[in-house]
Amino acid sequence: MTIAADPARSATSGDYFALMKPRVMSLVVFTALAGWFAAPGANDIVLTFACALAIAAGAGAAGALNMWYDADIDAKMTRTRVRPVPSGRVEAAEALGLGVVVSVLSVVMLALASNVLAAGLLAFTIFFYAVIYTMGLKRRTSQNIVIGGLAGALPPAIAWAAKTGSLGLDPAILVLIIFMWTPPHFWALCLYQRGDYAAAGVPMLPVTHGAKATRTQILLYSLLLAPLGLAPVFTGLGGWLYAVVAGLGGLMFVTLALRVARSRAGDAEGDGGAVYDARTENRPALHLFAFSILYLFAVFGALLAEYAFGLHWPVSWPVAL
Amino acid sequence: MTPEAEKAQKRRNLMLALAIGAFVLLVFLVTVTKLRDGILAGGG
Repeated sequence: MTIAADPARSATSGDYFALMKPRVMSLVVFTALAGWFAAPGANDIVLTFACALAIAAGAGAAGALNMWYDADIDAKMTRTRVRPVPSGRVEAAEALGLGVVVSVLSVVMLALASNVLAAGLLAFTIFFYAVIYTMGLKRRTSQNIVIGGLAGALPPAIAWAAKTGSLGLDPAILVLIIFMWTPPHFWALCLYQRGDYAAAGVPMLPVTHGAKATRTQILLYSLLLAPLGLAPVFTGLGGWLYAVVAGLGGLMFVTLALRVARSRAGDAEGDGGAVYDARTENRPALHLFAFSILYLFAVFGALLAEYAFGLHWPVSWPVAL
Repeated sequence: MTPEAEKAQKRRNLMLALAIGAFVLLVFLVTVTKLRDGILAGGG
């Protein structure tokens, strides 16, 4: 489709920054920093900053590539039509150029600041999000965000690899937590924005399998996520603070997912408006969506606090695990 | 080009110059840190 240019104003640097999905970047930086500080080894301030910046830039570059490729469907959705490319403030070719250049720079920077394993993982993450998810899965399968969620889940492992030069069970668990968190998080949003996704022809689960199946899937993933969130306590990575936050957070997550499962969220035509604006029957989905963001920040925030601020009090078990 | 568009372009150029400058500075600092760590570890 042709996207009309907005001649009203020229692109600002803020528009180019918006191409990099700053809200997603903030979540990526946060989970990466948690992975960095939780990993064994010294925390050199320059290397910490350089690695966090490189991972953030890589995530931003992948976001710019996504906005370049998805400009046509973004223009059809209320939530995304104000983005820089569909609104005409930034040329699609510029988004592509920015995405490619920043991708290369971020991978080079991470290789310089850490090691080839971390840089390779970052390159894989960008490729996975921009090519496998955006160009391949997103328009083809209702499992798009399940598989594509791997890209958003990898930052803690990249940071861990950057600091230690290796990977192991603990970073794998952190990746799995975000991986399991992604489907209920996105499907909760999709439940009350279903009309938007249907109009854009994106085969999100509520569009292809209906609201009821989505509500059930949300509950199943939440039931897997809650105990998985506690796994770091059993490996010794998470201490008491983490255990309390992940325990209560998981309980709340499942409670809200149960409410969604029992509700009629998504049965009516989606709101298709602002993210935090939903009609009454869709409210349980909105509440779960909002809480899921808090959950991820809280869980990784607890881990970050334990290791960055010396609040790690190990949980001792009566029987050696 | 309208005066407003020209202004916006100048601002973009300035931001780009600052970003490149920051990148160069960061590469320098990372190199110094890695060299220092290498020396401390007895590598050089």
